Amino acid sequence: MTSSIGFPILTVITALPVVGAVVALFSGKSARAVAVVTSLIALLLALVVWTHLPANGSIGLIERAQWAPSLGIEYHLGVDGLGALMLVLSAIVTLISADAADRVYVRPNLYFFFVLLLEAGLFGSFTALNFFHWFLFWELSLIPAFFLIKLWGGPNRGRAATQFFVYTMAGSVALLISFLAVFLATGTMDFVDLTQMASTGALGQVVTAHLGAVMPWLAIGVLAGFAVKVPMMPFHTWLPAAYSEAPSPVTMLLTGAMSKMGVYGLLRIALPLFGHEIAGMRTWLLVLAAITVVMGAWAAAAQKDLKRIFAYSSVNHLGYCLLGIFALAIPAAGSVIQANQAAALNGVILQMFNHGLTAAALFWFVALLEERSNGLRGLDDFGGLRKPAPVFAGLMGIALFSSLGLPGLNGFVGEFLIFRGVFSLSWVSASVSVLGLLITAAVILTVIQRVFAGPVSDKWKEFPDMHGGERFAMAPVIGLMMLIGLLPQLIVNSVNPTVVNLLSQWRF
Amino acid sequence: MQVTFMTSSTLATGPLVPWLWLIPALPMIAAGFGALLKQGQRKAAALLAIGSMTGSLFVALVAFSYEVAGWKSHLPPREVFNFTWFEFGSSAVSLGWLLDPLSAAMALMVTFVGLLIFIYSVGYMAEDENFTRFFCFLSLFAGGMLGVVISNSILLLFMCWEIVGLTSYLLIGFWYHKPSAAAAAKKAFLTTRVGDVFFLLGIVWLFSQTGTLLFYNGGAGSMEAPALAALLQQPAAWGLTAATAIGLLIFAGAAGKSGQLPLHVWLPDAMEGPTPVSALIHAATMVAAGVYLIARVYPLMAAGAGVNGSTVALTVVTWVGAATALFAALIAVAQNDIKRILAYSTVSQLGYMMAGLGIGGVVVGMFHLITHAFFKSLLFMGAGSVIHGCHEEQDVRKMGGLRHEMPKTFLPYAAGMLALSGFPLFFSGFWSKDAILESANHWDPSRVPYFMMVAAAVLTAFYMTRQVCYVFFGKWRGHGHAHESPRVMTGPLAILGFFAVTLGFIGTPAWPWFRAFLENTPLHLEMHAFAESGFWVLLATSTVVVGLGLGLGWWLYGNKSPEPEEPDALEKAMPWAWAVLRDKFYIDELYGVTFIAFYKWWARVADWLDRRVWGGAVALVIRVFGLLAHINRFLDAEIVNGAFDKSCDEIASGGGIVARIQSGRVQSYLRYLAVGVVVLAAILIWSSQR
Repeated sequence: MTSSIGFPILTVITALPVVGAVVALFSGKSARAVAVVTSLIALLLALVVWTHLPANGSIGLIERAQWAPSLGIEYHLGVDGLGALMLVLSAIVTLISADAADRVYVRPNLYFFFVLLLEAGLFGSFTALNFFHWFLFWELSLIPAFFLIKLWGGPNRGRAATQFFVYTMAGSVALLISFLAVFLATGTMDFVDLTQMASTGALGQVVTAHLGAVMPWLAIGVLAGFAVKVPMMPFHTWLPAAYSEAPSPVTMLLTGAMSKMGVYGLLRIALPLFGHEIAGMRTWLLVLAAITVVMGAWAAAAQKDLKRIFAYSSVNHLGYCLLGIFALAIPAAGSVIQANQAAALNGVILQMFNHGLTAAALFWFVALLEERSNGLRGLDDFGGLRKPAPVFAGLMGIALFSSLGLPGLNGFVGEFLIFRGVFSLSWVSASVSVLGLLITAAVILTVIQRVFAGPVSDKWKEFPDMHGGERFAMAPVIGLMMLIGLLPQLIVNSVNPTVVNLLSQWRF
Repeated sequence: MQVTFMTSSTLATGPLVPWLWLIPALPMIAAGFGALLKQGQRKAAALLAIGSMTGSLFVALVAFSYEVAGWKSHLPPREVFNFTWFEFGSSAVSLGWLLDPLSAAMALMVTFVGLLIFIYSVGYMAEDENFTRFFCFLSLFAGGMLGVVISNSILLLFMCWEIVGLTSYLLIGFWYHKPSAAAAAKKAFLTTRVGDVFFLLGIVWLFSQTGTLLFYNGGAGSMEAPALAALLQQPAAWGLTAATAIGLLIFAGAAGKSGQLPLHVWLPDAMEGPTPVSALIHAATMVAAGVYLIARVYPLMAAGAGVNGSTVALTVVTWVGAATALFAALIAVAQNDIKRILAYSTVSQLGYMMAGLGIGGVVVGMFHLITHAFFKSLLFMGAGSVIHGCHEEQDVRKMGGLRHEMPKTFLPYAAGMLALSGFPLFFSGFWSKDAILESANHWDPSRVPYFMMVAAAVLTAFYMTRQVCYVFFGKWRGHGHAHESPRVMTGPLAILGFFAVTLGFIGTPAWPWFRAFLENTPLHLEMHAFAESGFWVLLATSTVVVGLGLGLGWWLYGNKSPEPEEPDALEKAMPWAWAVLRDKFYIDELYGVTFIAFYKWWARVADWLDRRVWGGAVALVIRVFGLLAHINRFLDAEIVNGAFDKSCDEIASGGGIVARIQSGRVQSYLRYLAVGVVVLAAILIWSSQR
């Protein structure tokens, strides 16, 4: 095992939450403290990883060991700018989520046990470079999420949890079958090897030689697995129920971090291995991406429950990622197209991070609303809250405008780069999708209008504003939104080499 | 952080331009500190805002003097300071600021008018409990607006543009407890965002075509000859060049911000905000940002001008502007809210500016922008003073005779009113408006815009006379006693009144100082310009136009003081036309039954699709899977079930969770899935070994 840090940091960062989870299980009421401390240490480790990336954007901090060579299974870890950014994001989201979950009275030890296991699942899947290993963590993260919804969720939690689980499992099965086929044909499950094979076109030839002309079907299988997870319309129907029935801190994890597993999978597995096939289906995928953007925003406009509004709004925001990913799946002929692809891919990765941060913050605020109103979270349940709770209104307002994509806050730069890239690669889908920007703005301003403006009713005259601890918890998040909005190079400078590197490996 | 500065021998970077960022940064920093102040720290809030604005004014003044000095000594007029924000692939996202006569003049106007309005606000908002918040928002607005003014990067301009939109939203909805204010704020943001969405497309298109976001960059900017030539070569759709298409997209953004047809609907509603906000944002500066934007990208709009000296983009700008000028002036005739009259008047004057840009170029449009900023903010602040003096009454029918009670408001207001009406020779509006009319009179493509704007000029003089008669003449018809406003409010009025009269003299035909400055050409006193017949024709036309409007207004409303319940004099004459104008041509209603109704209906469709169609499909798939599993019951029970149920039992017996997960459904679904996996894997393995 080699690493430029001196110890196998990727193994440590994945093992840490597992250890924390076991400790939490046996620490009763102080489990939340264990979770907060664990995720704080994890965040520090993730930042160490972030600052120790190879400058050329390739995969670094590699750890390799034999596992089951006859089955193509190997312990192979490593991260590039994309993986490291996802580690940081997962750590931040878990930390915010653990902080928000201060009202879990029923079996807090079990709750935080699952939360930390979920974090381990995220870390594992963002660092694995072997399919078997990756798939293990991909599935592992599903189980704690299922129980978190099932045991601590809202009134319809049973149905929501089942739907979530079955649906994602179905996607995973499709993914697994596709990958089994690839393994049968090539004898390897290593992402790096397979990407290498695909970049020369050898992968397609080998698979076709062994199994016949199945490559497009395998691509569809892989896409299905990720389309469910992201989600892409129409594979999203599990999402509104799961997001709204899950307790808000769990929703933060689902939207902030787990949805990124899907986008990450598209970038780490689908495009590298099946780029050629995806380029062949590009038009249809772009149609679905544009539908996801526009109809996601529009469906949000019809909702009355704040969590469902933000759930659909998440669909819309991740739709921009899909748009960028599918738009760039085009054979690069010349530097102009490469520049467009680089813009789109940088935008996608920025958008992954920014959406995770902002969506987690929004659900954090919803959790706070629920906590102060005995579980109310309807669009029309409040009104005029700006008067009794000006700080709350101000900070949530910033998070809302970040979600709206206001320049100066984090959301804007990613969306700008995505549109910059997509417009030249597929101007029709870009022109249709800008409608999503408009509708999202309408949805978000409606939320502000109904919740914070208008006369304050007697019921909410004494609505408590955010107290010191809450301000302390949210201030860094809001600060980060502004920081990234003004200095996106903090992220882009490390992501851009990876983008260049990835684009050079992909063959469309 | 690494910031790469572009150095190029042809790139003029003087000693001053690197510091230009101070102009927007000072108010922004003040806003940042202002946000941290407590509600009670009113004095600190006002001092912070006014102090920062004074600082900006100082820097703007230095920059302006620098430009004037450079012009006198024939130095190149444009200096830029560019830097790389970040890089993607091997391209760069660049920002920068520029100092040229246009940005210097605009920055000076915004800081000066802004400072006066800040001072005025101290009096106007004295009683408001959110006084500190108000100054925080005002400062943030000023920062954003000044950022728009000095930007040399269309992306930086757009970012500041959106911050301006945000603060406009916050300030219109400043009295958020009023549902009408909250609704107006939302409407303003969304209507302008419609334009901004097109603007954004224009930006990404321009960026991908030219490879740069910078306007000027030593020959490599998007507003410089090589890039424009390339854009003209590039066909878009419907026979337009890329230059035209991008120009039109950018104009859509400008139309949203500057309240041009058909996106004007938000501006009158924006009067829900406090009156200083109306004066600063919705009269003098923000709404002029659209006009300024077109002036900034004028090389693009004018690229490839045909034989008649116009382009498709400029022709569109002209027609939209002229139509807006007439349309809004018509509506202004039949309004009774003192601020709404001024709001429609603003929409109308913005139309003049746009048409002026389209027909006569940057100087003509910008000159009216500058004079209008002074006299219109004067009128709004005068209206605020009146509203204040009449105990928050805004209906002009419930005022009257105020020239006696409020002389210090009346005199400047009268000056502003005459300037807006374009009263000949002695008022600034005359010179700037007549420059527009004069060029419209000679516009090759069509003379219709000229006649539209002449008609609008008659209406302008008419509705302003009507308003002044209602407010300041006749007898008092309101409640209680009207009182004059404090000196902190009337002082700025007097200063603005002075400029409403004198500012015109920098742009007379005989001494076209403003034109020479903006175009960086030598200035000569040409008294013979007054001797030319064209000037006298124009003067005569203007006198007739203004006289007609003033005379009609005075004839119908002068000293009549009708009771508030009485129908308007015009209403008696033509009730049908009056109703149409009073109800603003039913545009809001039209949008309500078209766009907004569609938006709501389609949202319900989206929701229905989600619940019924997609959800239904999923339910169906699950049914089918269940059925398959039942058919394979045997296989199921023999091979998979045993192991799976065993592990499920282990989980189930694991503790307190038991009761909650024993619905049994998950397990059965998993069973179906497991069957599916095994079957498919078997097929795969079998087929691969064929």
